[in-house]
Amino acid sequence: MNDTVSNNDQMAAGAPAVDPTAGGRIGDVILRVNEISLSFGGVKAINDVSFDIKKGEVRSIIGPNGAGKSSMLNCINGFYQPQVGHIWYDGVDYTPMRPHLAAENGIARTFQNIALFKGMSTLDNIMTGRILKQKASLLEQALYIGRGKSEELEHRAFVEDIIDFLEIQAIRRTPVGRLPYGLQKRVELGRALAAEPTLLLLDEPMAGMNLEEKEDMSRYIIDVNEQYGTTIALIEHDMGVVMDLSDRVVVLDHGSKLADGTPDEVSANQNVIDAYLGVAHE
Amino acid sequence: MLYRETGQFKTTYLADMAIFPIRQDYFLMIGILLFAYVIAPLVMNDFWLNSIMIPTMIFALAAIGLNILTGYTGQLSLGHGGFMGVGAYACYKLTSYFPDVNIIIHIFLSGFFAAAVGFVFGLPSLRIKGFYLAVATLASQFFLEWAFGRIAWLYNYNDSGAIEVSSRTLFDIPIAGASAEPVTRYFVVLAIVTFLTWIALNLVRGRFGRCWMAVRDMDIAAELIGIKLLPTKLLAFSVSSYYAGVAGALMVFMWLGAAEVESFDINHSFLILFMVIIGGLGSILGSFLGAIFIWNLPVLLRAIPDMIGVNIGAATVEHMTFMVTGALIIFFLIVEPHGFARLWQITKEKLRLWPFPY
Repeated sequence: MNDTVSNNDQMAAGAPAVDPTAGGRIGDVILRVNEISLSFGGVKAINDVSFDIKKGEVRSIIGPNGAGKSSMLNCINGFYQPQVGHIWYDGVDYTPMRPHLAAENGIARTFQNIALFKGMSTLDNIMTGRILKQKASLLEQALYIGRGKSEELEHRAFVEDIIDFLEIQAIRRTPVGRLPYGLQKRVELGRALAAEPTLLLLDEPMAGMNLEEKEDMSRYIIDVNEQYGTTIALIEHDMGVVMDLSDRVVVLDHGSKLADGTPDEVSANQNVIDAYLGVAHE
Repeated sequence: MLYRETGQFKTTYLADMAIFPIRQDYFLMIGILLFAYVIAPLVMNDFWLNSIMIPTMIFALAAIGLNILTGYTGQLSLGHGGFMGVGAYACYKLTSYFPDVNIIIHIFLSGFFAAAVGFVFGLPSLRIKGFYLAVATLASQFFLEWAFGRIAWLYNYNDSGAIEVSSRTLFDIPIAGASAEPVTRYFVVLAIVTFLTWIALNLVRGRFGRCWMAVRDMDIAAELIGIKLLPTKLLAFSVSSYYAGVAGALMVFMWLGAAEVESFDINHSFLILFMVIIGGLGSILGSFLGAIFIWNLPVLLRAIPDMIGVNIGAATVEHMTFMVTGALIIFFLIVEPHGFARLWQITKEKLRLWPFPY
């Protein structure tokens, strides 16, 4: 174990040279979760967890099953309201955060179990991501005049760019219910991207994918982060992906925070190793 | 072979987002409109217009309304017969208060009264879903039936308790009431239905339609995207009831000529619901196909014994009609649970490859 510690020290010493903040990609704190506790009846899903996310970084949340990762994302975008704690986003205290507030302020997400609109085509699904940016009145829409027409064209052009980016041109008109799993995950990412999010919450975007699909998805995540400067909060079980993509990692277990730091710090942390591999009881 | 979009390139999103982006659909539509506006009035006699074309159009309009609510937004309603009644009674009151205003304006206005009532009865939809909402809308049906029968002000305190249409004109041609020719009434109904269908097509392909469908398919995800559930559902209830209200006003003023409580009873709500289910949930085309099927099948079945020269009693024909209609509904639901609209969709996909499938 001494080896690991010294290894870690070396890494830490070498860190400033490869510090991504130096390139200006990572900015100030955009989201701060402060001493959040969430319980359902007697079950404590999240217990006094605090961490922050900086602008432009890829921040992973990892932990064993039932650690409270998805609950944490649900708190951040207002689907759950934590009983205790504050959520600071972009300098404003949102307590409690509400789903429409999150959406209006540029937080978009994908879901662990795909939550696409199954009866709608790929194109329509991604277009729903633009709904908050469409302001046409009922009359304009009904008569297909003014903004009712111009907005549709404008947003269609934007959505087509996303379709190009995600390489899903061929399934544009297909109802998403008929698509295979991997493509559905991609469409869901497209729908989240259509909202031009500042903060993108990805809940296990690579669950159940084969190696090739995982590589594709990783490429999209890196591209989104680098091209658009989108901040990404990522929940993922594939440690290879997490360690390669993330700037910083927070580890949860049984609703509490175990560790927080760069991938190397976290992977060397004894508590994290114990949580994942188990500890021997005498 | 016939139905193939090969070679029809779109160079603008505007062209790609047209209601009929494929040329064959466009020509088919022109053909249908030509039939409805030119051929049908020329070749059909008064019986055909009065008992087939006009009611089919009116029920199709009501079915579009219910389809917006049930097919597109996923909120079940059993109160649309009542909402049709609201439109009819509103139109009746409007014509008695403002007899100088043209009847067509009244018909369009009366839809707004139905929309307001639909809005109120849509309020529970935020909290209750599915079958429970159906029961809540059933309550609206019973309440409205009670109101039409008991509030004498609604039928101007007349002894019969029914509302009757007096003669109304447009450019000095009678279009409503006893003196109106079926063909003129047919044209009025057709024009209104065509216009409102075009409006419905515009609504469902745009932002509001996508909001409705998002709420239908997964309301939680819709909420997290930023769609506010209550306004979206209430808008669907209002627009849907507007269509039902206009259909109700047309039914009394352009078709029946008089109406009472029984004209808007629960059977009508079911009839429209069957049209929507058989035609295809979430399809404007399906609303028409459903209305054509459900309304005309009994008419056709009643005519068959005469046509083949079999002499059976009128009561027997009536019973046979019920049985055969029911059996055919079950048959079509087994063959294609998603209705005629899906059947048409599948046919089109087959036609693209025909006669050289791979």
